[in-house]
Amino acid sequence: MLARLICYRLLQAVPTLMGVATLVFLLLHLVPGDPVDALLGEMALATDRQALRHALHLDEPLLMQYWHFLDGIVTGDWGASLVNSHPVLSLILERLPATAELAACSLLLALALALPLGFWAARHAGSARDTAAMGFSLLGVSVPNFWLGPVLMLIFAVGLGWLPVSGREAPGSIILPTITLGTALAAVLSRMVRSSWLEAIDTDAIRTARAMGVGERWLWWRHAARMASIPVITMFALQMGTVLGGAVITETVFDWPGLGLLTIEAIQRRDYPLVQGCVLIIAGFYVLANLIADITGLLLDPRQRTENE
Amino acid sequence: MSDMQPWWRRSAVRLAMLCISIPLVVLLAATLHPMDGHAVHLNSVLDGPGTTHPFGCDSLGRDVLARLAEGLLLSAGVGFSVILLGGMVGISIGMLAGWAGGWVDTVLMRLADIVLSFPGILMAIALAAMLGPGVDNLVLALVAVGWVGFARLTRSQVLSLKHVPYIDAARACGSSLGYIGWRHLLPNIAAPLLVEASFGLAAVIIAEAGMSFLGVGVQPPDASLGTMIHEGSRMMLVAPRLVILPGLLLFLLVMAVNLLGDALRDHLDVRSQLRS
Repeated sequence: MLARLICYRLLQAVPTLMGVATLVFLLLHLVPGDPVDALLGEMALATDRQALRHALHLDEPLLMQYWHFLDGIVTGDWGASLVNSHPVLSLILERLPATAELAACSLLLALALALPLGFWAARHAGSARDTAAMGFSLLGVSVPNFWLGPVLMLIFAVGLGWLPVSGREAPGSIILPTITLGTALAAVLSRMVRSSWLEAIDTDAIRTARAMGVGERWLWWRHAARMASIPVITMFALQMGTVLGGAVITETVFDWPGLGLLTIEAIQRRDYPLVQGCVLIIAGFYVLANLIADITGLLLDPRQRTENE
Repeated sequence: MSDMQPWWRRSAVRLAMLCISIPLVVLLAATLHPMDGHAVHLNSVLDGPGTTHPFGCDSLGRDVLARLAEGLLLSAGVGFSVILLGGMVGISIGMLAGWAGGWVDTVLMRLADIVLSFPGILMAIALAAMLGPGVDNLVLALVAVGWVGFARLTRSQVLSLKHVPYIDAARACGSSLGYIGWRHLLPNIAAPLLVEASFGLAAVIIAEAGMSFLGVGVQPPDASLGTMIHEGSRMMLVAPRLVILPGLLLFLLVMAVNLLGDALRDHLDVRSQLRS
């Protein structure tokens, strides 16, 4: 039964991915007027305009353009960059490891901060310690990462000289981008940890266990922790997707040579095929993260299985 | 659970007022000390705070106080416009989907799913980049992403209210969907929508500043807190206040909205409804 549910979820992702591809395809057609004018200017030679129009398949009917686009995605031909003619897919794959590294470190930092903080807040709910923990969480949610980045840079790189200002080459260069990106994730996750634990400890099952004489420590760590882990793990899986959105800004701040910076560079150079490729790959990972969150929920929580049946 | 409410939640409104008071003081100061935030004074480049320019001047000699006030008004203006427009679109779509059901519901909710298949900020950045720079396109891009939350929430609320006796009675009296929606459904689902709007506002304010920071939102010489942080970060070593001041105001504004959202959610007790 579980395998069938998982297969169903996997199949559900197919139309979503199709929708994502369609929207990314339509992005190019949102450019006001003629995209060729936007790229070359209205004074360009007719032959240049025609060549570019052909390269972007804009001289074909819309449905044919769409077909070329989908065919290209499946066969790995994502077009070529308008700036340097390199294949879009290889440009993306070149930058992927840097983003993966930053995303993994930020998620680990988020987990390392959120679990103890959320638990601490829940264990001392209503006290000053809870206030302090949730105050930190509120700060984390409210601080814009494009401001936190420069401020951290100012303190730790410029002022104290402990860490490199930007780039990826110097040792320790990942620390500041990780803190910048991980703080907001930790803030959201710690709130989730706190509320899930408090909800779990308030259930009939825990009340019964307490009435039967189970110790508080055992209740919190053994019984409530297992119940609270389900929404937390789901939220964490979802954050694997959102971290890529946040990476666009963080990478720009720290000149981190990842996918986010590539997206912004492509936007600034009006390299539309590359913009489409970057958006497509990030959205693809986002859909994948949502899928992982769904499947993890099904695997961990028998109630979700019965609901879905 | 009410005995577990920490101090900061109960006092969230007071803290929010404290946070919002500083941006308000900046606005007041800019009104009492009017300067043109676009006027370039090359002999005042990077001047420190003084009597003529209370917060000093930026790298083009423009008055920082006037630009901060302009940026604050723009951030708040974009935030409220996006929430208002996104709310109107989202609530209408959600109401239609929930009320009509069937294929209308399926089509509209699949559309919402597709929009949700992108990280919100990425989608908004891509849309704004394609539509071209400018405040109008920025608002359009943020509305294109922001309506979904309202639509899904409205739909779920309408589904749960659709068959309650007073709605059945209104329908039996021959009321139209528009009338039922406006007169009966909307007042009953206003609480969770208000909470959604308050958290949405904080997210939109950060998104607007972030997009302007990246160069796909407000364009120079207009001032947005995001463009000011971007311009200031180039001068970070010489005049750190050019980064710190706009960021601090943005942070206080967002913090105030988040605190109010928290307080509103607790006051209206809509957490369970939001979760569903």
